[in-house]
Amino acid sequence: MKLALALSVLTAALFVAALFVGHAAIPVPQGLAALLGLGDALHVTVMQQIRLPRALLAAAIGGSLGLSGAAMQGYLRNPLAEPGLIGVSGSAALGAVIALQTGLAGLFFLALPLTALGFAALAVGLILWLAGPRGSSLTLILAGIAISALAGALTSLALNLSPNPYAAAEIVFWMLGSVADRSMAHVALALPVMAVGWALLLTLGRALDALTLGEDVAQALGLSLRTVRLRLLLGTAAAVGAATAVAGAVGFVGLVVPHLLRRLVGARPSALLWSSALGGAALTLAADLATRLILPDRDLKLGVIMALVGAPLFLHLIYKTRSEIS
Amino acid sequence: MTLRLTDLTVKRGQCPVVDGVSLNVGAGECVGLIGPNGAGKTTLMRAALGLLPHDGTSSLAALPADERARTVAWLPQARQIAWPVTVEVLVALGRLPHLPAGSRLQPADQAAVDAALARMGLESLRHRTATQLSGGEQARVLIARALAQDTPLLMADEPIAGLDPAAQLATLQTFRALADEGRSVLVSLHDLGLAARLCTRLVLMDRGRIVTDGAPQEVLTPGRLAQVFHLRAEVHQTASGLLIEPLGVLT
Repeated sequence: MKLALALSVLTAALFVAALFVGHAAIPVPQGLAALLGLGDALHVTVMQQIRLPRALLAAAIGGSLGLSGAAMQGYLRNPLAEPGLIGVSGSAALGAVIALQTGLAGLFFLALPLTALGFAALAVGLILWLAGPRGSSLTLILAGIAISALAGALTSLALNLSPNPYAAAEIVFWMLGSVADRSMAHVALALPVMAVGWALLLTLGRALDALTLGEDVAQALGLSLRTVRLRLLLGTAAAVGAATAVAGAVGFVGLVVPHLLRRLVGARPSALLWSSALGGAALTLAADLATRLILPDRDLKLGVIMALVGAPLFLHLIYKTRSEIS
Repeated sequence: MTLRLTDLTVKRGQCPVVDGVSLNVGAGECVGLIGPNGAGKTTLMRAALGLLPHDGTSSLAALPADERARTVAWLPQARQIAWPVTVEVLVALGRLPHLPAGSRLQPADQAAVDAALARMGLESLRHRTATQLSGGEQARVLIARALAQDTPLLMADEPIAGLDPAAQLATLQTFRALADEGRSVLVSLHDLGLAARLCTRLVLMDRGRIVTDGAPQEVLTPGRLAQVFHLRAEVHQTASGLLIEPLGVLT
């Protein structure tokens, strides 16, 4: 419970910081008033239309990635699993790239995230068909790898065929992953889908605990592996698909956060679910703050910072726990 | 009757791995399932639990999943502990079928966990990380997990494989004590001497079928040991029970 409190306080503090750190220096009292639509019109615009959606998306996306990473690791009983494994994020990115490449993204507002969500849904349909109701977790991983590879290849093709260097640059920058310049409309589109994903994933705690003893014992403990797999797939697809659709590919959160918190929750997969959701939100908020603080004029991308922080962190964890892993 | 199998058949492709097995296990029985490797012991138990598609009927497979989980505890041969949780947390997983959705361990559940830990002599290891224990200790922890499930029937697949002699004996004595308390145990094992001494009844399987089913001294005869296990062996009746002495392999 101490951990829950600490993580909640940390996430809340970072959320507040995300609201008040930025290019325009807005004092806290004016900022709070502006959030409610009072005071200087410019402050209201900055707070309500720029910083609030950005902070909300960073927290929700980080939470989605942390939660689905913990669920995926628990289901596969493998600390190397991450939400990108089932190919949904790769497919959502492909959808976004196609929207950018074809000019569909410019046709109407939210065309890009909607296309990305459509492709994520397509990927989850494909994986359900491939990994089937009786499929094993190995089939699931293999199907995910195949779909990721296909999505990656088609993304390369779209880049290859991009009409001009500006279009190519736009695609590349989008793929780096960012929550900058998103609007409340993005929040309204992504948040309900993510919430469905969270609801599905948070019900898995007991099943993931039982899976600690292997699939046979889990079934003998009264669990339906079919239902668990379906919930995991749909939940991850909704949470991660929606996250990728609005922010592009943000890696490492789903891999590092559960790893970081596992010892603190006594390694119980059920406790890791909610704690990784909070931890993921905190880490992503912190990384997004870093993009604004380190090089405020160069538009550093969230995905880049996350990889720069995540990879050494992961190396450190491996170094620290290598005796346990072997 | 705690377990009733009627004409249970499991096919792998066209080939029957378990072929028309009928078997009853009643309260107070500790039934040893013996037979050479590949005789179909594991497949029989997994099909009986409803974990494999099968023909024929099993009283367990017919139950709804949550009720089955309160009727039988299953201890597979592979000893899997995926995460570095404490011994107590691991043993408490056995209480999952008794917990209503979303609720925490009740005092009755904690009592069952404590009893299981005490029975397997694990109180001193309670707060240790399960994955850091020795193989034999992990085996005991997993047995305690099954005991915490507190079911009328326990099914265990080679639970004493890889244990030291004292732990093998202690484990089977625990199983026998469970049977003497009125529960039922179905256990597959390869140690014929321990099977003969501690099981109330033996079921001998070969190539998917039951060869004989009865009291240890009726099942373990030199003739059957030669026929099923290809073993030249002497069977001695001693003061402490049946003694099987393998002398050579028949080719």
